[in-house]
Amino acid sequence: MAETAYWEAIRRAHDEEMANDKMVIAMGEDIGVAGGTYKATLGLFDKYGAERVIDTPISENSYTGIGIGASMVGVRPIVEIMSINFALLALDTIINAAAKIRYMSGGRVQCPLVIRTPGGTAHQLAAQHSARLARMFMSTAGLRVVTPRGPLDAYGMLKSAVRCNDPVVIIEHERMYNMKEDIPDEEFFRPLEGAEIVRHGTDITLIGYNYNVHLCLGAAEKLAKDGISAEVLDLRSLKPLDREAIRRSVEKTHHVVIAEEDEAPVGVGAEIIATVTEDCFYALDAQPIRVHAADVPVPYNAKLEKEAIPDVEDVYQGALKCLGRI
Amino acid sequence: MKADDQKRLLREMIFFRRFEDRCFEAYMERKIGGFLHLYSGQEAVATGVMEMAKPGHDYVITGYRDHVHAIKSGAQPREVMAELYGKETGSSRGRGGSMHIFDPTVNFMGGYALVGQPFPLAAGLAMGCKHKGTDQIAICFLGDGANNQGTFHETMNMASVWKLPVLFVCENNQYAIGTHIDRSTAVVDQYKRVCGYNMEASQHDGMDIEEVMPAAKKAVDYVRSGKGPYFIEFMTYRFRGHSMSDAKGYRTKEEEAEWEKRDPIRIYSAKLREKGVVTDDEIKSWEKEIDNELENDIIKFAEESPEPRVEDLNKYVLDDNPDPRWIGPLVNEGV
Repeated sequence: MAETAYWEAIRRAHDEEMANDKMVIAMGEDIGVAGGTYKATLGLFDKYGAERVIDTPISENSYTGIGIGASMVGVRPIVEIMSINFALLALDTIINAAAKIRYMSGGRVQCPLVIRTPGGTAHQLAAQHSARLARMFMSTAGLRVVTPRGPLDAYGMLKSAVRCNDPVVIIEHERMYNMKEDIPDEEFFRPLEGAEIVRHGTDITLIGYNYNVHLCLGAAEKLAKDGISAEVLDLRSLKPLDREAIRRSVEKTHHVVIAEEDEAPVGVGAEIIATVTEDCFYALDAQPIRVHAADVPVPYNAKLEKEAIPDVEDVYQGALKCLGRI
Repeated sequence: MKADDQKRLLREMIFFRRFEDRCFEAYMERKIGGFLHLYSGQEAVATGVMEMAKPGHDYVITGYRDHVHAIKSGAQPREVMAELYGKETGSSRGRGGSMHIFDPTVNFMGGYALVGQPFPLAAGLAMGCKHKGTDQIAICFLGDGANNQGTFHETMNMASVWKLPVLFVCENNQYAIGTHIDRSTAVVDQYKRVCGYNMEASQHDGMDIEEVMPAAKKAVDYVRSGKGPYFIEFMTYRFRGHSMSDAKGYRTKEEEAEWEKRDPIRIYSAKLREKGVVTDDEIKSWEKEIDNELENDIIKFAEESPEPRVEDLNKYVLDDNPDPRWIGPLVNEGV
């Protein structure tokens, strides 16, 4: 076991998969000579060369499309899009091509492509660098969408994604790249599907994904001091969604709060609440609560930015409201 | 070129024309649904270019006007027709339709209905060829309308920087749906647009297959030799509307009549007749054979094939058979 940062875990997965299979390549802006904006490919240019660690021009839609084309003929590209905001430029090739090629070819052509991109609000990056588009990918058939909450999943899910024959979108988070966790020294894989209980509890279920899991864990700590036992469920994969895990937990606790950084209208939380009401409405003892971002472009000002996105206190308050304590 | 090959090419072009005509009829009979974009008039381009490439070996990708490119790449015409009929035996198992013909067994990597999208995909196919170190090239057929998409510029840039083995074939039929190129595009000669990307390019008559072939050979050889991408433009014309719902109100009868004189089948058959390679009777007998094949094999196959099963609606969304290690349950999940 070694304490590993999120970015180091991603870098290690890149390195091992590229060493394992020469068909694995990495491409994106500044990922080669510069080593990647978040260091996820640091040193790999020197090790694998410019043909396999490819610095692209700032042309998101087309370099993603090039990755798709290459994946159709046996190459396994890991495409980094520096910010999920810029993935909007590539939505045509992601949603209209990568996600649909298997289906519209009747299963005869596939796109084993990985797209890594950080989605979320960091520190005062303002509106055009703070988007969270999880909901947009979550509603696209033909994609897998995963949200590793820590180094263990970041490493193990990237390795699984590289070997998966479907297009996989990995949504990382700017605020997680330096987060550390012990991970095994020997190679391992983590499933691309399935939610995970990261804290067991009996009174209320706090559902999160990606960075929001940590807000849920923080809220659970606070709730414990009030004598409330909160269960924290990490969705891990937004597509496919593990409805069964959500149902099982809610049937145990009878209360549910979902924390998301997406805005409320049509956010991930809307889907989770719909899932809960469809699957286990009669297990609920109270109205489900979603804790979400304000429906505004994220402001630059630090005080306003903090107000625009949920934090531990917001999740804690949401839980108290759900439990009828406030 | 040998007389036999010349005859074969003329017969192929006649086949492509009649295949598209038969699609038109089937659409009017409501046997084919959705959008249908026919290739009539442009046959010399796909036929001539692919004749100089290695069909089935090189990768081919195009837009939604894709039937002829697929068949010339080696796809079975009966499977293409079955696809238009939405049948399980279709080249995309009935899931794609006219605009999304795929046949990876002959490296035909698809028709795409987002204008300009195939540019980067083609460069990606070429990157795959380069990465694997094969002598394959990628050939991307697209119209002049597609060149106004951002993907055109982004891809020309990257293909050139990375010297990818990709041949861009611009089929300039002068209309982007119903808008004439004069009204949509600042530089009318499309081949000139890539000089900004330091790419080899040339422009040729796309109605005369004897003009298409030597130009295509030069371009194909250039790309295959590893020198990088090439952009070749063929001036052509589509005889039918953009799609079946297009009444062609944007162009005059005079213009159409002018281009009809330049019908690639008319031009090539006249040349071959003049040389004594082929006779009118021979052409007539081919037409009969082709109509017979269309009716009694291709259409019959499409008509008689089964539709996809409704139980299979969700098939082909994701990998049917993923590795259980990556998809399976989490080992450390609690209760």
